[in-house]
Amino acid sequence: MKRTGPMLKIAAPMRVLAQRAAFMGLLGSAVGLMVLGKAEAPFVERLRMAVTDAVVPVLDGISRPVQTAAQVADNVRALMDVNAENRRLRDQNAMLLHWQQVARNLEAENRALRETVHAATEASFTYITARVVADAGGAFVRSVLIAAGARDGVAKGHTAMSPVGLAGRVGEVGERSARVLLLTDLNSHVPVMIESSRDRAILDGDNTDLPRLVFLASGSRPQLGDRIVTSGHGGVFPPGLPVGVVVQTSEHGGVRVKPFVDFHRIDYLRVVDYGTGGTLPIAAPPPQIKRLR
Amino acid sequence: MVVAALAQLDRALKRALPLALAFIVVLLSVVPLPVPEYAVLAPSFALMSVFYWTVHRPDLFPAWGAFAVGLFDDMLSGAPLGLGAFVLLLVHFSIVAQHKVFRGKAFWLVWAAFAIVAFVAQLVTLLFGFALKGALPDTMPAATQLALTIALYPVATAVFGRFQRVFLSGG
Repeated sequence: MKRTGPMLKIAAPMRVLAQRAAFMGLLGSAVGLMVLGKAEAPFVERLRMAVTDAVVPVLDGISRPVQTAAQVADNVRALMDVNAENRRLRDQNAMLLHWQQVARNLEAENRALRETVHAATEASFTYITARVVADAGGAFVRSVLIAAGARDGVAKGHTAMSPVGLAGRVGEVGERSARVLLLTDLNSHVPVMIESSRDRAILDGDNTDLPRLVFLASGSRPQLGDRIVTSGHGGVFPPGLPVGVVVQTSEHGGVRVKPFVDFHRIDYLRVVDYGTGGTLPIAAPPPQIKRLR
Repeated sequence: MVVAALAQLDRALKRALPLALAFIVVLLSVVPLPVPEYAVLAPSFALMSVFYWTVHRPDLFPAWGAFAVGLFDDMLSGAPLGLGAFVLLLVHFSIVAQHKVFRGKAFWLVWAAFAIVAFVAQLVTLLFGFALKGALPDTMPAATQLALTIALYPVATAVFGRFQRVFLSGG
């Protein structure tokens, strides 16, 4: 149809009006989603994880060659100083053999002592290993997507471990993907303690690489190099998981901890169900309390 | 008949190119790279896509496209859902409202405009993020991210421009 003059005169303002209306509608939807998300509406999380589930296979496919290329580059670099590395490993091996002996002695002693006091055996736990397929940052979030979800047994609140230490916890779960909130995320608050003194604190992420130690017990003076482990308080993480070391104790910068896990190179994460019952013990009372009512 | 149908399909695919590219770029931007700080400092490829295509082909990049790209970015990055969509919609709107300013201008002028838009977008993101998250992140990574986004815009222009010339030069 060819537009005539008068038709165009009416159509143009109408079109502008329709565009404005559409724009305002979209803007309103965006604000609405933000408010719903802030109110933690389950709909928002479901929508997010549905889309994530859909793209995770694609991301998995793309990230594999990238990971392989990085490994090849690593191998080439490792070849260059293979001699020095060999020497270092020999020294370390000698030291670790000594530690192995110490650990065996302690284990035997521990077992004997436990038998003496009839201590309850510690609960066993299950875990799965999942590939990291997306590493998403931005100003507000430090999280990764893993290619394992509810169908693999991953649930909200499970602990995400790297081979060297705590990485974070599962924040959102889809059918075949899950989002792991890292220690460095703004929303990450992990109850920890200083391993040597058993002083408690909270490790707060602030989107930098070095999370901050806050709510330190009064009189506690963390030293550079102090090891930080989870304290088990709050029931999210079991006690004793390695977290990091204190690397900064300045007055205004606060006490900062360098996590053992290298967040730039996490290819795989172990998602562990320690049976600690997730993140929200108040919102989700244990089943036996429900039965009593 | 078949030729006509194919031509129609070809046209439809070409018209879908800007949006499709924007989605692919957002998807690629979350692939883990073994680069220190990459995830924190990664420039906003979504912003570059929306800006480029709204300036050069607003007819193929409607407001709902900017909304969808922003939402997709929010979903993948774990940012507050709707925040990216909101900011990219504003970016889209401000360019469409000022489209005469951009028409036929030298690249460095468009680049300067991009710098201003990126700065405001980052500011709005931080403010809204603060309102939603209740905490202000370190400003240094946010500033570096902004600088990288601005610095890499010419690269994005070169890549998108190539696609535009090859596939969309006819119309």
